[in-house]
Amino acid sequence: MSTETDAVKVEEKLYYNRYVVDAGRPHVKIRPHEVPSQALLALTKICPAGCYALNDKGQVEVTPDGCMECGTCRIVCADTHDIEWNYPRGGFGVLFKFG
Amino acid sequence: MVEQRFDAIVVGAGPSGNAAAYTLAKEGLNVLQLERGEYAGSKNVQGAILYSDALEKLIPNFREDAPLERHVIEQRLWMLDDASYTGMHYRSEEFNEEKPNRYTIIRAQFDKWFSQKVRDAGATVLYETTVKELIRNTSGKVIGVQTDREDGAVMADVVILAEGVNGLVGQRSGLRDELKPDTVALAVKEMHFLPRDVIESRFNLKGDEGVVIEAMGSVTLGMTGTAFLYTNEESISVGIGCLVSDFTEKREAPYELLERFKSHPAIAPLLAGSEVKEYAAHLIPEGGYNAIPSLFGDGWLMVGDAGHFVNAVHREGSNLAMTTGRVAAETVVRLHRMRKEMTKTNLAEYQERLEKTFVLKDMRKYRKIPAFLHGNKETLFGLYPRLLSKAAQTWFRVDGLDKKAKEKAIVSSFRQARTLRGMIGDAFKLARAWR
Ligand SMILES: Cc1cc2nc3c(=O)[nH]c(=O)nc-3n(C[C@H](O)[C@H](O)[C@H](O)COP(=O)(O)OP(=O)(O)OC[C@H]3O[C@@H](n4cnc5c(N)ncnc54)[C@H](O)[C@@H]3O)c2cc1C
Ligand code: SF4
Repeated sequence: MSTETDAVKVEEKLYYNRYVVDAGRPHVKIRPHEVPSQALLALTKICPAGCYALNDKGQVEVTPDGCMECGTCRIVCADTHDIEWNYPRGGFGVLFKFG
Repeated sequence: MVEQRFDAIVVGAGPSGNAAAYTLAKEGLNVLQLERGEYAGSKNVQGAILYSDALEKLIPNFREDAPLERHVIEQRLWMLDDASYTGMHYRSEEFNEEKPNRYTIIRAQFDKWFSQKVRDAGATVLYETTVKELIRNTSGKVIGVQTDREDGAVMADVVILAEGVNGLVGQRSGLRDELKPDTVALAVKEMHFLPRDVIESRFNLKGDEGVVIEAMGSVTLGMTGTAFLYTNEESISVGIGCLVSDFTEKREAPYELLERFKSHPAIAPLLAGSEVKEYAAHLIPEGGYNAIPSLFGDGWLMVGDAGHFVNAVHREGSNLAMTTGRVAAETVVRLHRMRKEMTKTNLAEYQERLEKTFVLKDMRKYRKIPAFLHGNKETLFGLYPRLLSKAAQTWFRVDGLDKKAKEKAIVSSFRQARTLRGMIGDAFKLARAWR
């Protein structure tokens, strides 16, 4: 649906935000898998920061640099245990100026 | 890391944690508050409407220096169809009172201000510190927290968990269940900047008057959710949120939904020419009364979003957060003064006190709403808005058709889409859930 808005680039939205990335210490990790679960596949669409994407082998990968720490992916995958989710270390991650 | 023993530790510096830490410190307790953000508010997202009453009970003269944006004089409720909207406006000069009841705020700035008050009251506040887990003694009583700092263990008589909806500490310590996708909404929000005179002329405002718009209808594509637009001094907050379970089922991208809302013919002209400066996302606990976990135990209490204290029908959260934070702290202060232990039995007083406030009364009143909204989402968020706008259009269009025929057409369009029994049933169920 909504073809007129499919062109929205979430990366452009994230560009407005301020982040302190904890290099080399991603706070969200995906468990290695051959075939992604339905829950993981859903994340490629519903993560508000577009952190999840399919690679060319058909597996789901995460790049949490633009993560807004909402927790949605953690809840969606709570039963499947597909991901390991922690808060970034104190002071790192997204920094909202307005919120 | 700091002095190793406190009367109380508060985890989180949102409105619930700040209310708790402020109350404790003002009463002379030795309080440590821990916040994972660089400053209070740096991780927090809200619409945001501030309800004066809850804050006034803590800081009666808050209006003197709190960063308030506009006081709300007009509320709009809109039902959106793809190309039209039906709405209600309520505007009253009486909202221009000396001590207004509702304000729009910017959370990052508000939380920073509140946090300063907490420090002024004498609490020790550490930012950039994430609490990893609770520390218990051999009999299971909570006696402190482990943080991510070096030598990061700190001890206290009681720990108040004010960590928000995404509360990992409480969950991972087994104090509450993991959130369920159908009890939390995911909201996305943008900040649009415009000169204040443009905002004032677009919304017909003078001075610090403000307008808030709540919208529902076809913008959520049949998912359970609402959208909002709030006026600030020099910016407009615009956002939309739906249940996580609906997003998952429909596989809709939240930011695309937001774009749809922003480009709706009712909304686009209000935002025209604005400069976007932030995009944020956050969860809202919307499971209502039935989703409230245990609120106290040996050595611990839970307040605010961590305790699922959001009234989704009235879109209230921060005032419940501040009230639960204050009441939890008052309980601790009393026990402390009487030199009573912070045991589960003694801390049960927190719940008893809450029962007497609006918080648990309101939560209980709407306990059936979440299930009702969820079970009837296609009708409520898709069909009815469409029918309503179709009816309005038939009614207002002058096209040579006689009025009686128009009435008939409206009634039959409703009946075709939803049988009379179905409609009466919906109204009945809604009324029952509301009670
Ligand atoms: C889009 C949106 C719109 C809303 N609109 C309104 C509105 O208009 N009016 C209203 O009243 N309510 C509204 N709400 C609800 C309101 O924002 C919440 O109910 C309120 O913020 C809850 O306060 P809290 O203190 O319990 O939690 P939060 O404000 O979430 O604060 C929790 C704090 O704890 C910190 N924290 C979490 N874990 C740790 C840890 N392990 N260690 C250290 N610190 C930690 C976080 O960084 C955060 O600062 C809205 C919510 C959203 C998302
Ligand atoms: S926490 Fe939210 S923003 Fe971050 S990766 Fe998960 S869904 Fe995306």
